Amino acid sequence: MISSLLEYWPVLWPALAAIAVILAVVPFLGLYMTFIERKVAAYVQDRVGPNRVGPFGLFQAVADGIKIFLKEQLIPDHVYTALYFIAPSFSLITAMFALVVMPFGPVATDYQSGFRFMVAPGIDIGILMMLAISSLSAYGIIVGGWASNNKYSIYGAIRSCAQFISYEIPLGMSILGVVAIAGSLNIERIVASQSGSILDWNMFWQPVAMLVFFTSALAETNRLPFDLPECEQELVGGFHTEYSGIKFVLFFLAEYTHIVTVSFLTALLFMGGWHFPGLPGPSGASTTVLLLGLFVLLAKVSLVVMVIILLRWALPRFRFDQLMGLAWKGLIPLALANLVGVAIVLTLGLPKHLLIATAVLPILAAYYSASKFNASLAEGNTLRNGLRTQGAVSYE
Amino acid sequence: MSESQTNPPVKKKTVKWGEAPKLSVLDALYLPAIASGLATAVRHAVSGKPTTRQYPEVEPEIPPNYRGVHRLNRDEAGRVKCVACYMCQTACPANCIEIIAAPAPKDDPHWKDRDKFPATFTIDELRCIYCGMCEEACPVDAIELTSVYDLTGMTREEMVFDKEKLLSVFDQTVKSGRDPVRTNRGKLGPASEVSPTAKDAPPPPGRGKRG
Ligand code: SF4
Ligand code: SF4
Repeated sequence: MISSLLEYWPVLWPALAAIAVILAVVPFLGLYMTFIERKVAAYVQDRVGPNRVGPFGLFQAVADGIKIFLKEQLIPDHVYTALYFIAPSFSLITAMFALVVMPFGPVATDYQSGFRFMVAPGIDIGILMMLAISSLSAYGIIVGGWASNNKYSIYGAIRSCAQFISYEIPLGMSILGVVAIAGSLNIERIVASQSGSILDWNMFWQPVAMLVFFTSALAETNRLPFDLPECEQELVGGFHTEYSGIKFVLFFLAEYTHIVTVSFLTALLFMGGWHFPGLPGPSGASTTVLLLGLFVLLAKVSLVVMVIILLRWALPRFRFDQLMGLAWKGLIPLALANLVGVAIVLTLGLPKHLLIATAVLPILAAYYSASKFNASLAEGNTLRNGLRTQGAVSYE
Repeated sequence: MSESQTNPPVKKKTVKWGEAPKLSVLDALYLPAIASGLATAVRHAVSGKPTTRQYPEVEPEIPPNYRGVHRLNRDEAGRVKCVACYMCQTACPANCIEIIAAPAPKDDPHWKDRDKFPATFTIDELRCIYCGMCEEACPVDAIELTSVYDLTGMTREEMVFDKEKLLSVFDQTVKSGRDPVRTNRGKLGPASEVSPTAKDAPPPPGRGKRG
């Protein structure tokens, strides 16, 4: 046993190191994401934000963390205790488990050289596993809502369930196009297929896929404008109404971990990952190049995180039927059409840059929905004209 | 609406029929709207002009007619100006003023021109609704509401201000130059001026010409 452990040590230690990094960074990240979110929110609303604890309020996150650990563990009388405790940890576990196949730095596809910024490199179904695990996180929410034994919580949980079912589909389908072009489900290989010039990044010839992916991913993270499972105005706190203290924070951490996951995925799948014009690829590269690649990737990820945070202050929340309508009537057909486009290009062996033509798809869809809306509007107008002529209003 | 009921006719010119605006392709695409929303958010985020006031460091400018904590004014001799007439206690809608009057110590030269003074004067600042009626009622401008707004205390007892505390509010506001607008500090009001003869005194209000 020990000897076999020693034998595998060279393979094992990077994985263990990566696990340690993830375990250490995620809670820290969650705390600081709340801090950044509060700061950005404040600046957008012409406020200053937290600025009391430390310079620029930098230690606010730490103070929050300490406060939350010291909070009273409140367990309402009416909850199903076991499930009530399982739900938050389940949420966080699934959210962190999805990070297992996530390269958080440059990883060479030959897996020979350099430090592997990854817990489990070379998993051939990487992206599939990521999707499967992250959709498990719906269980955390549903179990939490059920265990709370409270109508607001269960409404939140049901909404989240419906939302997950709807948005999984466009999410998976939008990735399929990228996967088909790269010819692999392995995330490192998908990133490697985007090496070369900036035009090789998937975002330029899969714009629709990126749009659909980003939208559905937002819905998966339960962020505004898709935060219906926890919208305060309708559901008090949604599925975490009955949770407080550290259990609430576990839910919160899970949500922020999801945001990070989604941002990483967007950067890796569509924005070229650690590739940048002029920067050599990770195989056989020096440490400097690896660190530069890490920096490039993190910069891209922060960009996406920033957009996600800013979107919260730019968009109003969707109504639930609009949310469902967007997924089923908007995103799924778009993703399907995009997939058909990719299939045609790949089958006929056409140059893949032709796929940039898929950008007209949303415009066509918009044209269609606008004309439909205007037609219904005209109908409404004739109805009112009828009212006018039927004498519901009489003129002098 | 029933059939028999007809609406009163309206002038055709006064009626404006609104039409719902048509949706253009760009509107239906949502992306331009989202982009402009993001642009607005970013513009505010980078403008660097927060409207927040950093409160404990930067204090707000309170107008002098603000109705904050009470003070009991002093006259030129530094005595409490109040003549213990009970007008404010009577006027107070919240019943939070309590006065016990005492005759002024006549043998003390310091008090020889005064008849009455409040032996105790307490205001329950927690019950007070800061309406300013006491200030209106006082005939000698002895009680006033100041612009001191940051009134705090650890106990309820602490928030019942006695005479000394109310006088100290006076000293404090005078020192900081935050006098209320109504102030007539240092001089007693007209009601407390002693008229040499009854003839010179102004007629009591309400008597009119026949009085
Ligand atoms: S401000 Fe109004 S409530 Fe307060 S003591 Fe004066 S009269 Fe009473
Ligand atoms: S009305 Fe003025 S003089 Fe009369 S008791 Fe009140 S504070 Fe004193």
